[in-house]
Parts: sequence; C-alpha cells; structure tokens
Amino acid sequence: MQNQYTLSVFSEHRIGMLMRLTTLLSRRHVNIESITCSECEVEGIFRYTIVVCCDENLANKIARQMEKQVEVFKAFAHSGCETVFREIALYKVPLKTLSGQLELVLRKHNASVVALESSFAIVEKTGHEEDLLSLLRELKNFGVLEFARSGRVAMSKPMKPLQDYLNEMELYNN
Amino acid sequence: METTTIKEKTKTLTGAEAVVKCLLEENVNLLFGYPGGAIMPVYDALYGYEKQLRHVLVRHEQGAIHAAQGYARATGKVGVCIATSGPGATNLITGLADAMADSTPVVCITGQVHSHLLGSDAFQETDMIGLSTTVTKWNTQAVRAEDIPAALAKAFYIARTGRPGPVLIDITKDAQFGKAEFRYEKCKGLRSYVPYPKVDMEKVRQAATLINKAKRPFLLFGQGVVLGGAEKELKSFLEKTGMPAAGTLLGLSALPTDHPQHAGMLGMHGNYAPNLLTNYCDVLIAVGMRFDDRVTSDVNRYAKQAKIIHLDVDASEINKVVKCDLPLPGDCKETLHLLRLAANSNDHSAWVDEFKKLRSVEYEAVIEKEFFPENSALSMGEALRLLNETKSPDTILVTDVGQHQMIASRYFKFETCRSQITSGGLGTMGFALPAALGAKMGAPERDVVAVIGDGGFQMTIQELATIAQEKTNVKILLLNNNFLGMVRQWQELFFDKRYSHTEMQNPDFQTLAKGFGIASKKVTERKELKGAMQEMMSSPSAYLLEVVVEKEENVFPMIPAGAAVDEVRLC
Repeated sequence: MQNQYTLSVFSEHRIGMLMRLTTLLSRRHVNIESITCSECEVEGIFRYTIVVCCDENLANKIARQMEKQVEVFKAFAHSGCETVFREIALYKVPLKTLSGQLELVLRKHNASVVALESSFAIVEKTGHEEDLLSLLRELKNFGVLEFARSGRVAMSKPMKPLQDYLNEMELYNN
Repeated sequence: METTTIKEKTKTLTGAEAVVKCLLEENVNLLFGYPGGAIMPVYDALYGYEKQLRHVLVRHEQGAIHAAQGYARATGKVGVCIATSGPGATNLITGLADAMADSTPVVCITGQVHSHLLGSDAFQETDMIGLSTTVTKWNTQAVRAEDIPAALAKAFYIARTGRPGPVLIDITKDAQFGKAEFRYEKCKGLRSYVPYPKVDMEKVRQAATLINKAKRPFLLFGQGVVLGGAEKELKSFLEKTGMPAAGTLLGLSALPTDHPQHAGMLGMHGNYAPNLLTNYCDVLIAVGMRFDDRVTSDVNRYAKQAKIIHLDVDASEINKVVKCDLPLPGDCKETLHLLRLAANSNDHSAWVDEFKKLRSVEYEAVIEKEFFPENSALSMGEALRLLNETKSPDTILVTDVGQHQMIASRYFKFETCRSQITSGGLGTMGFALPAALGAKMGAPERDVVAVIGDGGFQMTIQELATIAQEKTNVKILLLNNNFLGMVRQWQELFFDKRYSHTEMQNPDFQTLAKGFGIASKKVTERKELKGAMQEMMSSPSAYLLEVVVEKEENVFPMIPAGAAVDEVRLC
C-alpha cells in the first residue's frame, strides 16, 4: 500500500552525496515529496530528511541501499506515526488587505507576522503540510503575493541517539 | 628509477608524481590505459617507471577497464586503469557498470580539465562524478595536489573491502601539475563504512538447527564465495552436511565441477536438476549470491516451499529480491566456518541422487546431442568437450555474452577457484577479449582461454593489437555462427522466427588475425577440431581458433521469461 515514509539519512558532508541518494529513488521511479538537509547534533554529520510515497517494503529496501553507500552512516525509513515532523511556510500578503479580518485568520492559525514593509507583510507558520495549506487557502481571500513552504524536518520515535549507532559502528570496525 | 626514492615518506612532488608513488605504495605493478590531454602530466610521471609499473596501452578505454576487470577477477587484487577526460572517461562507463554489477575491485583514474574550467563546457570536459555516481561504489574528484594521496588510499581500500566494486578518481589537470608534500598512509577504515557486518552467533545457531532438521537442504553458491576466498569453507561445509549445491554463473568455479555434490549451474540456461529441485527443497541456503532475476525467473513462484537462509556481506541484498527467513549478513568465509561447526554431520545421498537422476535426463535429452552431434555441422558443445580434453587443470575460462557463454559455462570443467571470468550481471558483449588480456597478465602462469562469439568479438576486436604488442599468450576460441545467436534463438522461440537484424556478414577473421599478427586457424570439419584445439593450447603465443559452428543452434535447458524455475524446458 502506498504511504508516506520519511527517510532519515546520516552521512558525511560530501560533494555529490545528494545525488548518490536521489538516484536510488529515481532509478526505482519514486518521486520525492520533500527534502531537507542540515548538520545534525554530531558535528560534521549531515542529516537528510526525504519524504517519499511508496509501499513499506520498498521504503525499507531503499533505506538499506542508502545505508550501503560508503559515506552514509545510517539510514532509516519511518512511517508517519513513528515520526514527529514539521514544515515551515512563509506567506507574503499585500498590506492594503491588512484588516481585522486578517488578524482573526492569523490568530486562528497561530501564525505570526515576521516582517512588515510599506506594501506587504510576511507571515510565518509552522506545522504539518495540511495546516500550512489551510492557512494558504484562507489567505488567498486577501491576496497572496508569494508563498514558500519548506521540506519536512522530522525526528523518529524509534531511533536511538545517533551517537549510539556511531559507537556500534566503531566497535564493528575494530 | 631508484626504488629507494619511493621509501621517502615526505617529499615535495607534483600531483602527477604522487599518483605514480601512490600506485607503487599499493603494490600496483600493472595498469591499463590510454593517454590524452587532461591526463598527460600523469603519463609524463609514468615515463621511466616501466620496470616497476608496467603500463599497457590498450586501443580503446573500454578495453582498459575490461582488462583491469579480468586482472582483478584472475588475481583477487585491485585492477587499475587510467584514461583522459571527456571521451576517454566516458568510454569507461560500460566497464564501471559491469564491475559494479559483478562486484569487481577496480580503481579508475581519469584526468579532468583545469579546476577553473570546471562546469564551463571546456574542451573534453564531462561531469565524470555525475556520470559515474550510479556505476561506482565510490567516486571523488581531486582538485588540489595535496588531496591525491588520501583520495587514492581511500579508493584502494573501498574497492577491495566488503563487497568489492569499482571506484573512480577524477583528477583535474592543475591538481596533477600542482606541488605538495607527499606522505602516503594506507587507509585502514572509514568511520561511516562497515565493510564486514558482525556475524550474529544466535542466528548461526538457528540456521544450524534448520539445516540439521532439513530433509532436502540445498545450497546455492555465488561469486561471494570466490570474492571472500571461502571456497575451502564451502567445500568443508558441504562435505560435513552432505547436501547438494549449485552455482550461479559467476560462482561456478568456487567448487570443482566434478565434486559429487555439485549439481551444476543455476539460471535461465543452467542445468535441469538444480532449477527444477529449487522448488522441491525444504531449506535453501544462499551463499554470496543475490537472487538475480536470471536465477529466480518468476520470483513469486521461487522456492516458496523452502525456508531460506541468506549469507551475504552486503546487508542490502538480504530481502531485496527474495524474502529471507534467516538473514546471516557477514563475511561468508567466517559464517560458513561457524555454520559448519554448528551443523551436524549428515547424509543426504538419496536427495543428492535425485539431482543425479535428473542430470542423466538432461544428458540424454540435451548434452549427449551437443557433445556428439549426428549432423555434419559442428556444435558449440563439442568444441567445449574437446577443450576440456585438452586444457590444463588451472585454465581460466573467459567468456563473452550470449549462447557461447551459456554453453561454455555449462560444459567447462572447472577445477580450480578463480577460473571463471565472464560478464554476468551486466551482460556486456565485447567483455571477453580485453578481460582475457588482463587475466593472462595477472596470472601469466595459467592458461587463459577466451571463448567468444562472432558478435561480441567484433565489439572490442581492436584489442588484438594490444595482445600482439604485449605478446600476451591468450587463447581465443571463436565460435562463429554468423548470427547474434542468443537474440536469434529468442526470435525463433518467442518472435515467430522473425530474424530482425541478427544475421551478420562477418569479415574474414583469418585475414584480420594475420593483420594483427596473431597466429590463427579456421576449422569447419569435425576431424580437424581436436588437432586444432591441441595446436591452440600448445601455442607459445596468442592464438585465434575460429570454429565455424551450426548457424541455428539453440541453448537448452531454458526457462522461458515469466516461467517458474520448475518449468525449465529441455527442448
């Protein structure tokens, strides 16, 4: 059954690493729903969070093949209920529409204004994809000049601290 | 050049000189390559090192990498090849893909344009990191001279450890010209890389229990046994447990062909018994093999009745194709040894006899007719029968891709490990001739026979010039049917005999051999075949024996596409 899976991949910070990971998806005709990457809690190790739609078996095979890459430490595939995840979105709204009505919408969605210029305001909201899109739909009534949504950042509940895995790997290699 | 200079660990060298020193530090004494603009500094550095580092000038870069693969497969060492940027480098791609599919340790060094030109569509610039990513185990680009020693140290370590594979190092021209202090430290490990997963003793005990209780256990061995140097462990395990075993195409030489428990070859054109009985065994032990689709055929009807135990050094292979009941990731040399200790001595001779009975069925239906044909046309099978009668025990068989490959692999008598070199996973026509060159240079004390079809021969025929120049004593057995035989067979069986573009008007191979300076003979009559085979095997130099065979011979047994392994056909 097709479901959303979050791939969490921990790797060295290397030129070409993203390509090594994404070709494992493209060769199996799997599309990327979202992708983010940044340094994780261990200095020098980068965390890729890739959201894909496929069946569980395939998600696990892909994670194993990602982990097989020489410069990947660990790779996991987790389902939605195993992960806590957030996305962030920015919305540019024309200032002429700033009204009490808009304020109500922002309050309802727990969104905040992060910049105010003479002709527009920039609104920020953090949440799940559907929350961010729901705000977008309402803001469209006031006009939206620009909209940008980030990829998912996620933490999985079953994962041990990365350092534990690193210690195990060091043990295997010695 | 004085060897003492190599010992000096700190010295300022150009990047190009560093490449040569690194190769010497890794005990490389042979490399295959082709020069060009972006790799000229390295070629200049090679000048004067002929005694320590022999360079073989191939005629096409694809020949260089296939030769490096042949060298690696024959010796177990890392094969090295070198090419220039752009077209030189892209010509390596097929070989990289082949080495990736067949887990062959190869290090490729490619020149690259000056670093300030990267990405600018410069002359002979291609993005080799991008192009080679999916066909390398690891790749890297060095843009500074000081990066070269560490990059090469990692390259050799990664290529040969764990599940081996090809690695590519792309070196910009300025990195080759640049100077840096030279210090070489062999790579001993990488923090992100666990080449040999830890064997789980509890799983070993569980596997032994399954094996001890099994009534009809069956072992499949793949190239992992050869790569892991575990052929002795395999034999001892089999002899203790008494179970029958069959090899994948690439695993065949891990167990001598005439071993009483050897049931033959698996796969689409493998032997009758091992394919059929895969679906009757109760425990299937897969060692260093990856359930390729040519082995499993319809995977949904593959060994469903059996408990499957899978030994592989590459953990990502476990459950990739076939759902496994008991995964045993790890180095099979160690795992097989532990399994042998944990398993009981057993006798499965009645079960082994079932394989032998089916072997007789296959002999009568197929093999006898191929070994001793009734019509006047020569068969590929009889050429192989005579080769077996003539060859020395440690002869290395190199084959290309197609009908001759299946026939040679089915009939060749493997007597020593590492005597089977062929393009398995990728099925690269043109592989055999350069691979045989590399194999012979790696194992000069062994006879190397390349069995090639007329189609594949013409794909890399230019390497006859390299064979002649290097005076390499390669035996070439050309089985010429003037057809792309395997495709023709499929057209006959599955495309209504519509022979679309498979018949070839071939050149006169005898004239070509003469032009390349290679001794040769053409045989069309049965009575001449044995004498010609003996002449080839005793020739002091390279020899091409062209055997004109039946035009429309079919390879059987065969599992048609989409069928199950137990639907293997004898005709």
